[in-house]
Amino acid sequence: MTMSESLAIELQFSGGMELLFDNKKTIHTKVPAHFRQGADSHAVTIRDLIGWMASHLLKERPELFIGPDGSVRSGILVLVNGADWELEGELEYELQDGDEIVFISTLHGG
Amino acid sequence: MKDNSSHHAAEELLRKVALLEAENEALQRQVQALRQEQSQQAAVKSSAAPLHPLEKVARLTNSEIARYGRQLILPDFGIHAQLDLRNSSVLVVGAGGLGASCILYLGGAGVGRLGIVDHDTVDTSNLHRQVIHNEARQGMSKAHSAALSVRLLNPHCNTVVHDLVLDSSNAQPIIDSYDIVVDATDNVATRYLLNDACVLGGKPLVSGSALRLDGQLTIYNYRGGPCYRCLFPTPPPAETVTNCSDGGVLGVVPGIVGCLQALEAIKIATKMNTQDPPTMTLFSANSTTMFRTIKLRKRKAECIMCGDAPTITRLIDYVKFCGSSATDKTPDLFLIPLQERLTCEGYKKILETHTPHLLLDVREKVQFDICSLPSSLNIPLKDLELPESIEQVKKRLNAKDEPVYIVCRRGNDSQPAVRILQEQGITTGDIKDIVGGLNLWTDKIDPSFPKY
Ligand SMILES: [Zn+2]
Repeated sequence: MTMSESLAIELQFSGGMELLFDNKKTIHTKVPAHFRQGADSHAVTIRDLIGWMASHLLKERPELFIGPDGSVRSGILVLVNGADWELEGELEYELQDGDEIVFISTLHGG
Repeated sequence: MKDNSSHHAAEELLRKVALLEAENEALQRQVQALRQEQSQQAAVKSSAAPLHPLEKVARLTNSEIARYGRQLILPDFGIHAQLDLRNSSVLVVGAGGLGASCILYLGGAGVGRLGIVDHDTVDTSNLHRQVIHNEARQGMSKAHSAALSVRLLNPHCNTVVHDLVLDSSNAQPIIDSYDIVVDATDNVATRYLLNDACVLGGKPLVSGSALRLDGQLTIYNYRGGPCYRCLFPTPPPAETVTNCSDGGVLGVVPGIVGCLQALEAIKIATKMNTQDPPTMTLFSANSTTMFRTIKLRKRKAECIMCGDAPTITRLIDYVKFCGSSATDKTPDLFLIPLQERLTCEGYKKILETHTPHLLLDVREKVQFDICSLPSSLNIPLKDLELPESIEQVKKRLNAKDEPVYIVCRRGNDSQPAVRILQEQGITTGDIKDIVGGLNLWTDKIDPSFPKY
């Protein structure tokens, strides 16, 4: 495996999340397969993806997407291939080529 | 020729008579409906908790059998499910966009007792989605109006009106006196309150929400599934929460979610699909897949509310916890001292004296398209800091140091806009915003200016 390898990931946005991403409901993107941490490198996790999205895809106001702990801000639910990310290991889930990651902002209106 | 034209005139008159007769008939029906409403209104009583328990029955009456026949002959429903429904009580919190359809369908389906909580009153801007109310009931309590609609639909349903703001001082005894709770509210604070009260009272919570073209549906605290706090331990930052009045909502969207909530409450009451894992259903009106159901985590052992060692054992102050009020009304902001702002009357004087100035309208374009004051420049607040926006303002000022007045819908967004332009130093003239925005302009200066 080379360090330049990347994974094809489908990002989806719902519940108003899309407003932060150019009003796109779906973004097909390539994410680096490995991330560096000091001298080490590790396979890309959702934690890496969130930080990568904040710096590469987000146009403005990152605080509406990313929280101070590097996770998504409170009120956003993340799905990995159609299931609650909690079932998949949350932030530590290692992305696979072809994964579909959904970001849902909870709605409160009625 | 003459014969022909008089013949036409007669036909025309006959057509008018027919129209007037139809209108007369419609008005007569309306009068009759209003009379019926009045007689029913006396029968709808407010009730304070605790309620006397719902009286259970062992069989349906003949008139109930006749009414619910189409459900009774359903193999997957039948007389037993109908009896379960008749012997159960459901509390719907919120008689707004979600509650409108939910309450009507629950009432129509044959729920034994239906409690309705709401402290708001009916306003015409609600009626595009809150179809349980109507034009004649403007200003009436929503809880009363909703209960009245149910009584007119199905007199067998025992409706209970809770015309109050639910908070930690009154919620528990009310929730404890029902079997199932439906969250049809419109704000974060009440959502956490209902979650905690339902966990403490051991009640399933059928939660729905809607905004713009999207809706969400989840059942919390039910058969080993998560509670609201398992999914969302901390409330969202207040600036990320949008209400229907600011974000907009297509009327039918909360109607669809409310129907789904009624369906889920009926399924719980009649013990249908008891094997299903916890899920969240997402509705998106303009997606190719309008509905999507996702699998949710189970109850979290470490949840501070429903976990193995909960640290919250009674209701807390939810307004404080969420940093937002228990309504969906947009509060007035005061970022700038009042004396540094312009009143509607002040701006009227500026118009009357033809004082040169630039009027900047910082609402979103979609709102600007509805109505605007003459010769105003529209740059939405979120774009105001962009270099091309500042350039646009400078161009309109044309190097003249004229004052800039900023207006928006309610006088909230105009305040940060003042700060942005001050920092850019675009004029030596005044930079002020108009207190209360265009809403107050309609109220105080020009009643013919549209208000939305
Ligand atoms: Zn919980």
